[in-house]
Amino acid sequence: MVNEVCLRTLDLERPWLMEQYQSRGGYEVLKQVLSEKRAPEDIIEEVKKSGLRGRGGAGFPTGLKWSFISRNAPGQKYVVCNSDEGEPGTFKDRDILRYNPHQLIEGMILAGYAIGATRGYNYIRGEFWEPYERFEQALQEAREAGFLGDNLLGSGFDFELHTHLGGGAYICGEETALLESIEGKKGQPRYKPPFPAHFGLYGRPTIINNTESLASIPMILEKGGEWFADIGVKNSGGSKLFSISGNINNPGVFEIPMGTPFSELLEMAGGMKDGRKIKAVIPGGSSAPVIPGEQMMDLNMDYDSIAGAGSMLGSGAVIVLDDTNCMVKTLERMSYFYHEESCGQCTPCREGTGWLYRVVHRIETGQGRQEDLDLLDDVADKISGKTICALGDAAALPVQGMLRHYRDEFQYHIDHKRCMVGAG
Amino acid sequence: MTVTVKDKTELFSPQICAEIDRWIAKYPAEWKQSAVMGALMIVQDDNGGWLTTELMDRVADYLDMPPIAVYEVATFYSMYELKPVGKHKICVCTNVSCMTNKSDLIVEHLEKKLGISFGEVTEDGRFSMKEVECLGACGGAPMMQIGKQYYENLTPEIVDAILEGLE
Ligand SMILES: Cc1cc2nc3c(=O)[nH]c(=O)nc-3n(C[C@H](O)[C@H](O)[C@H](O)COP(=O)(O)O)c2cc1C
Ligand code: SF4
Ligand code: FES
Repeated sequence: MVNEVCLRTLDLERPWLMEQYQSRGGYEVLKQVLSEKRAPEDIIEEVKKSGLRGRGGAGFPTGLKWSFISRNAPGQKYVVCNSDEGEPGTFKDRDILRYNPHQLIEGMILAGYAIGATRGYNYIRGEFWEPYERFEQALQEAREAGFLGDNLLGSGFDFELHTHLGGGAYICGEETALLESIEGKKGQPRYKPPFPAHFGLYGRPTIINNTESLASIPMILEKGGEWFADIGVKNSGGSKLFSISGNINNPGVFEIPMGTPFSELLEMAGGMKDGRKIKAVIPGGSSAPVIPGEQMMDLNMDYDSIAGAGSMLGSGAVIVLDDTNCMVKTLERMSYFYHEESCGQCTPCREGTGWLYRVVHRIETGQGRQEDLDLLDDVADKISGKTICALGDAAALPVQGMLRHYRDEFQYHIDHKRCMVGAG
Repeated sequence: MTVTVKDKTELFSPQICAEIDRWIAKYPAEWKQSAVMGALMIVQDDNGGWLTTELMDRVADYLDMPPIAVYEVATFYSMYELKPVGKHKICVCTNVSCMTNKSDLIVEHLEKKLGISFGEVTEDGRFSMKEVECLGACGGAPMMQIGKQYYENLTPEIVDAILEGLE
């Protein structure tokens, strides 16, 4: 079971074209839903049954999220797709946009139908020029075919869909920062509640989902929620795109069933480069706490298995590190990232991420003091759960994970003013 | 100090106006401001890759925004440049997947070859270098972006060939 949902056209030539997508049954389920005037509640029920959980990182059940919208409330509602793909290690949504844009379009139209929204936006990160052009081209094709616009296929349902291009800011992947960004403002997260389902884009009820979540919808409705759920395991329905990178032979995006052993994924990705030993894995994007390689070899790629090891599946971005990597240096780079990307709105995050970076930096450069390890724990603690958005936690979690598993490496840096990796 | 312009079409060339109008059309009529990011990118591209205050003021006038609101956007997002950049802006990713695949060698190679570091422009104005965060292409690490194009699986030799191929 490889590449059967979001990447189902990947083996075709120029898979991004409408005719290729339709040759695999694309847009059939939309036509059916519109012609049968399938009840929206029924669609939401099917998505609930599928066990689909948000693929953007938080893993919130998609069907449940959709049910929070009061469908019959008057006025405009919106469907927003999050193609900001900024979590370091993640590169799967790029492939959906490049290789199967029509499935995302179909998924967004179906989502609009289900929640009673007639407008959608796909927020694509500004650097993704090629994916943006592909998606625009697909929008054009869909418009010409009557899948977008007024009165879709004579059903009386209207849906219009546009792209919004980001400007290079990781924080805009956070859903409310993303909405601010579409409104033409700096991308600073909003206080929640109110949640986007009640007060979203332009103050209107909005659902916001990740690219992969929305691109999974057409297959769920075509083959049934149960079919999708059964691909995966308990609590982790379906298949999932894993972006695997690092010190491996064949990095890339693999769409495989949830619950697949990590060892199998690693094998698909060609195994370790130069036959080196696996040291550590960051299993769900750079905010996910690190897991030692040996332990990882016994885990499966699903929410519960990874959570059981003290980390999270996140966006499904798997970074594999071999024994030549210094964990202090790795954490230093990650902490730099969160410090750079903090929007500065809340003090614990703005100040705390700076502290984390500076302290890890001084340990890395041989200036560390014995108190620094406790200081790191303390700062991470003071950020966790005390910020407007989850970037604060995302900065603290990797620090806590690294200190849990590789404290000896940090200690060695402090004691010897140099790195133990390669120090023989 | 907004200059009140009666005819907005005088703010930019007809082609630029048409491109900005395409962005405006995507959003509700009362939310012209949503087009600010698209407009800034268009104007920046047209001005050799960076924004002047005057250009930002014109965008503000065009979209009926206070200039300060446009500056806020331009300074918040990393892809807007407020100082001149090279004709080819070379953005090198140094985040974890690229770092562990030796992005530092790519950076060193570029520094030696071009005689500049991150944040600098070559004397002839052809190249500038910028360190960027994960660009969502870690499967092709180490990687860089020049203009709109991604270049993946880099080696110093590949970098040489890429730079030679640029105008
Ligand atoms: C700092 C930060 C960055 C995020 N970046 C992304 C992102 O790039 N893509 C994404 O889909 N979700 C991202 N998220 C999660 C979104 O806030 C949101 O949960 C998600 O888009 C919801 O869609 P889903 O339920 O389909 O996953 C980010 C969250 C935070 C706190
Ligand atoms: S946690 Fe950080 S990124 Fe999030 S709102 Fe606060 S300062 Fe901004
Ligand atoms: S780490 Fe360089 S592209 Fe992701």
